[in-house]
Amino acid sequence: MTGHELPVAITFAELGSIGFWTSVGILAATYTIFALGLQMNVGYTGIFNFGQAGFMAVGAYSMAILTTGGPEGEGLINFWLALPLAVLITIAFGLVVGLPSLRLRADYFAIATLAAAEAVRLFALNARSLTGGNQGLIGFGDEWDSVSQTIEGWLESLGWSDPETLFPLLIVAWIAAGILTLALKVVQDTPWGRVLRAVREDEDAARALGKNPFMYKVQSLSIAGTTGAIAGFFLALNLNFVNPTEFEPLVTFTGFAILILGGLANYYGVAIGSLIFWTIFEGLRFIELPIDEQQVAALRFIIVGLALILLMAFRPQGMFGKREEMVLGE
Amino acid sequence: MEAGTLSPRRELTPVERLRAAANRRPAVAAAAFLGLIVIVLVGAKGLHDVAQTGLIGLSLGAVYALGAVGLTLVYAILRLVNFAHGDFLTFGAYMAYLINVTWGMPLVLGILFAMATTAVLGIFLERVMWGPMRVRGAGVLQLILMSIGLALVIRYVVQYAWGTEVRQLDVNVTDTVSFLGLTIGRTQLIVIVVGIVVLVATGMMLRYALLGKRMRALADNLELAETAGIDTSRVILWTWIFAGGLAGLAGVMAAAVSDVRPELGFELLVIIFAAVVLGGIGDAFGALAAGLVLGVAIEWSTLVIDARWKILVSFVVLIIALVIRPQGIFGKAKSI
Repeated sequence: MTGHELPVAITFAELGSIGFWTSVGILAATYTIFALGLQMNVGYTGIFNFGQAGFMAVGAYSMAILTTGGPEGEGLINFWLALPLAVLITIAFGLVVGLPSLRLRADYFAIATLAAAEAVRLFALNARSLTGGNQGLIGFGDEWDSVSQTIEGWLESLGWSDPETLFPLLIVAWIAAGILTLALKVVQDTPWGRVLRAVREDEDAARALGKNPFMYKVQSLSIAGTTGAIAGFFLALNLNFVNPTEFEPLVTFTGFAILILGGLANYYGVAIGSLIFWTIFEGLRFIELPIDEQQVAALRFIIVGLALILLMAFRPQGMFGKREEMVLGE
Repeated sequence: MEAGTLSPRRELTPVERLRAAANRRPAVAAAAFLGLIVIVLVGAKGLHDVAQTGLIGLSLGAVYALGAVGLTLVYAILRLVNFAHGDFLTFGAYMAYLINVTWGMPLVLGILFAMATTAVLGIFLERVMWGPMRVRGAGVLQLILMSIGLALVIRYVVQYAWGTEVRQLDVNVTDTVSFLGLTIGRTQLIVIVVGIVVLVATGMMLRYALLGKRMRALADNLELAETAGIDTSRVILWTWIFAGGLAGLAGVMAAAVSDVRPELGFELLVIIFAAVVLGGIGDAFGALAAGLVLGVAIEWSTLVIDARWKILVSFVVLIIALVIRPQGIFGKAKSI
């Protein structure tokens, strides 16, 4: 790297590379999908789901296990069939977690979901014959690779001589993020979505109108599980492996930072929050400070933590959130 | 339940009678349940193994209990679910490392320094964060997210300063002590003794000392306590001193029997939460007992299942506790 004459310098050349923006774009799309479920839970239902990383883990691992048949497996079922099955497994897991814990008060629910997500991660770490333990699982992406190459072929025919290998994933991830954002927006404007908001505002009032808040919360959590699982697929395809360290509680907290940054009770804000977050987070690597790489990594999370504290203190509704729809400040 | 009082009286089945009795005296029921497990384990694995693993479990339990008492006190008095509490333990462990290894001084000084600095950290955060947020009437969930931000800041500031390297405190890890046919590491034994002495002292303080009574008054009703002439801001500061000091001590003890790493505290947080919930959230005595029981239960589980699953046991306990008795073993049924 150049620019050692100044203690602080930014190498702009890297910021202009397509490789950088492709990786930022895939992360931003993955976390948009991840946080859309959190938006439905936190922003519109008023339930604090701290286990989203667990849903992501169940989705990604189910897909990988169903496709490969485990670390020594010979392959079980087709990748495209594994995807919907993995979503169903994640929803089932969400029901197992949600049915008992959604009856609890908000803070208890937060603790319960965090514990459930950590239980999943520890299970993945220790059930070696099924998940490969800390080695993780690989070799589930063959079907996707052939699709990816087809898209690369189209890009070449459009005149891009040497397209980025991950560019097709970027396109598909953002299409998925876009469809999910619009779908959730549409669902939110249905009578069902309005009841969800009623549950958030006043459970007793919703109950008085003959709605069962508990059932709506369960359904909201299932939808979060679905987006968590889909985000897990993109995470797995992006890395080409699944590994327990990718599903630490830190991932959920990052999702919350994105959610709050974009703003509560606004589905479009999620994508914007995610793009801003990942541009800054990844871009920080290019600021040359007189510190080593490990310290830069730590510094990035210090900034995330500070941002979360300051947002909560001074602008809890985020950039595009609605103050009158706040669930945090009651 | 209400319907039962209206319908004509009928004989309760033994199961129903047992359940009713368990609900009246949950602590007795829990003790009976625990006793049953001990009898089954002793029968299956022999007294020696049960006592040996139980002893090791006490050294874990002491750490959980010390962490849990502080967390539950802060919740009881300030209504703050502090997700940064685990990282208070990490902070304490590194403060002791600084004194004990970097500056080569005795561990006792390191422990005192860790307790003092973690308590100061608690006071500092109360002054710059929690106090001002309370004045502005911040919601429970807003505070939870702030505490998560804080957890990240503490953990990664520690990682920034010391790196991800796994370090060791300068403790004796080879010497063992044998008595009654049981063997335990000297350091582990010290952890058990120090932990239990401090826990008993904390329990006595809460029960009998004026400060403890004031703390419980604030936990019951902060406004009422203030009206009754208690200097609440002073009691709140003392709460942070206790929570921070105990967390610092727990961090050093956890580090002494394992190692010093940036993830140390956060990894303990879910288990500490389990102890807090099991003891009844906000109940300091409950947290104390539940922490010890949980440590022992986790070690006992290794008699039946592979040791690598033992941490999962605490998660399962937490989830079961939340489902069947969210108000805790000793708590009274109220709206949860």
